[in-house]
Amino acid sequence: MSHRMRLDPIACTAHGLCAELLPERIELDEWGYPIVDGEPLPRELIDLARRAADACPALALRLERDPGPER
Amino acid sequence: MSDLPRLLAGMPVSGTAGLRDHVATHGPLPSPRDLDAAGLLDLVERSGLRGRGGAGFPMGVKLHAVARGRGDAVVVANGTEGEPASAKDRLLMAASPHLVLDGIGLAAEAIGARDAIVAVAEDDADSIGALRGATAERHAGGAGGPAVHVATIPPGYLAGQETALISALDGGPALPTATPPRPSERGLGRRPTLVQNVETLAHLALLARHGEAWFRELGSEAEPGSALVTLSGELSAPGVYEIELGTTLGDVVADAGGDLLRSRAALVGGYFGAWLAPGTAHALPLDEHHLRAQGAMLGAGVIAVLPRTACPVAETVRVARWMVDQRAGQCGPCDRGLPAIAGALEELASGRTYSGIQADLARWCGLVRHRGACRHPDGTATFVASALTEFAGEFADHAERGPCDACDAPPVLPTPRRMVAAAA
Repeated sequence: MSHRMRLDPIACTAHGLCAELLPERIELDEWGYPIVDGEPLPRELIDLARRAADACPALALRLERDPGPER
Repeated sequence: MSDLPRLLAGMPVSGTAGLRDHVATHGPLPSPRDLDAAGLLDLVERSGLRGRGGAGFPMGVKLHAVARGRGDAVVVANGTEGEPASAKDRLLMAASPHLVLDGIGLAAEAIGARDAIVAVAEDDADSIGALRGATAERHAGGAGGPAVHVATIPPGYLAGQETALISALDGGPALPTATPPRPSERGLGRRPTLVQNVETLAHLALLARHGEAWFRELGSEAEPGSALVTLSGELSAPGVYEIELGTTLGDVVADAGGDLLRSRAALVGGYFGAWLAPGTAHALPLDEHHLRAQGAMLGAGVIAVLPRTACPVAETVRVARWMVDQRAGQCGPCDRGLPAIAGALEELASGRTYSGIQADLARWCGLVRHRGACRHPDGTATFVASALTEFAGEFADHAERGPCDACDAPPVLPTPRRMVAAAA
C-alpha cells in the first residue's frame, strides 16, 4: 500500500503552501503553481504530505492511498 | 469484402443515404438473438477497434468499464469535431447517418443503455438535419433500439473533450472537469457514460455485421481496420479519404493529388499533432505505433500538406495564438503557459527577439505538460515544439530579419472565427 499526492489543477489557485510544507516533493513553477509528481511517497514523508494536503486553502491537493497495481 | 471503402461505401456524392439505401449497401444488422450484449463486448474486445476521435483508446476497454458501472448507463456519440482541419465526422453524419445510428444502437445494447445522445456542433446544420431525419425514419419504421436524442452544443476546440462535452450536455459550461471520476464511472447526469466518437461507432456497425476476421483484414495486429482522414493543403483533390491503417503518408497524399516530397512539411494529427519533414513522413506508415516514434500521432486523422510557398512560421504562430484563445483558462500552468509560448513565438516571427527566448520556449513547452485537467496544453506544446524543430531555420531567419514575403500569404491551416474562445 503506497501513498501519492494528487492535485486538482482546476481547483488549484497557486497559494503555494504545499511547496512550503513539502519542499522535498513539491516545487513551484515560475507562475507559482505547484509541480506535483504522482510517484509513491516514501513512508517518512506521508505525515508531511498529509499536512500539506490539509493546509491547501483551495482543497486542491489530496493524499491518496494507492490501491496497488492496476488489474 | 475486405477492400476499401468500408465506411465510405455507398455514400452519396451529395445529400443523405436513406435507410433503404443504407441497408442495401451494408446489409441488415445481426439480430440481438445472434449477437447479444456479451457477444458484442467480446467481439469488440477481440477486434482491437480503437477510438477514432483522437485518443485512440481501445473501445472494448471503455465498453467494459461502462458496463461495470453502477446505475443506468447512457451512450454519448461525439460528433462535435472541433478540429478545424477535420471534416470526416461531419461527412459521415451528414451523408451516412444510419451507419452512426447503427453503431449507437449496438453500443447501447452492449452496455445495457436505453437512451443515447448524439452531440453535434450547433452550426453543423447538415449533420443535425441528417441525424434528425434518420432517427425519425427509423422510429417511423418501428426499429427498436435506444431512444436517440440529437443535441447541439456551441462550437469550440475544447467542446468535444469528453468531460467538457458532458458538462455542456448537462447544462453547464463546455469546459473540462477534473478526473477522476471518469465519465465511464460518473458522467452525464452522474450516470455511467460511454463517450465515443461517431466514426468509431460507424466502425462498430460494420464490425457487428461482418465479424472480427473481416475487420482485421486491414491494418496491423495492434491497430486493425481502416480510418477516415481529412487531407488539406497543397493537393489537387483535398477532402475526406478512407485509408487502411498503416498506409504510408506519401501514398495517402499521392491519392489526394499531392507530392509530399515537393512540399515543405506535413502536419499530422491536427493542432495537437506534429509537423513532419517530407523525407521522414514520406515512407511513414500511418498508425499510432509508427507516428509515436516520430513524436506525432494520428489523432482524428488530420493531414495538412504545407507548400514551399507558405511561411511555416506564420502558420505556426497563427495556430498557436488560436489555441491560446481556445483554452479553458481553468488550470494555471496552461492559462499562464500557453500565452507565454504564443507571445514568444510572435516575438520571434516579427524579429523582436531576446537572448534566451529559445530556452524559454523549450522550458514552457515542457512545463505545461501533464498539468492540466485536459490535454490542451500537452497537445499545443507538441505542435509548437515540433514546429521549432522542423522550422528551426525559418524561425532563425524571422528572428534576425523579421517577417518574410510569404508571411501574408493566404493561410493553409484554418483558424475559424466562428469558434468562440472557451475562456471568458
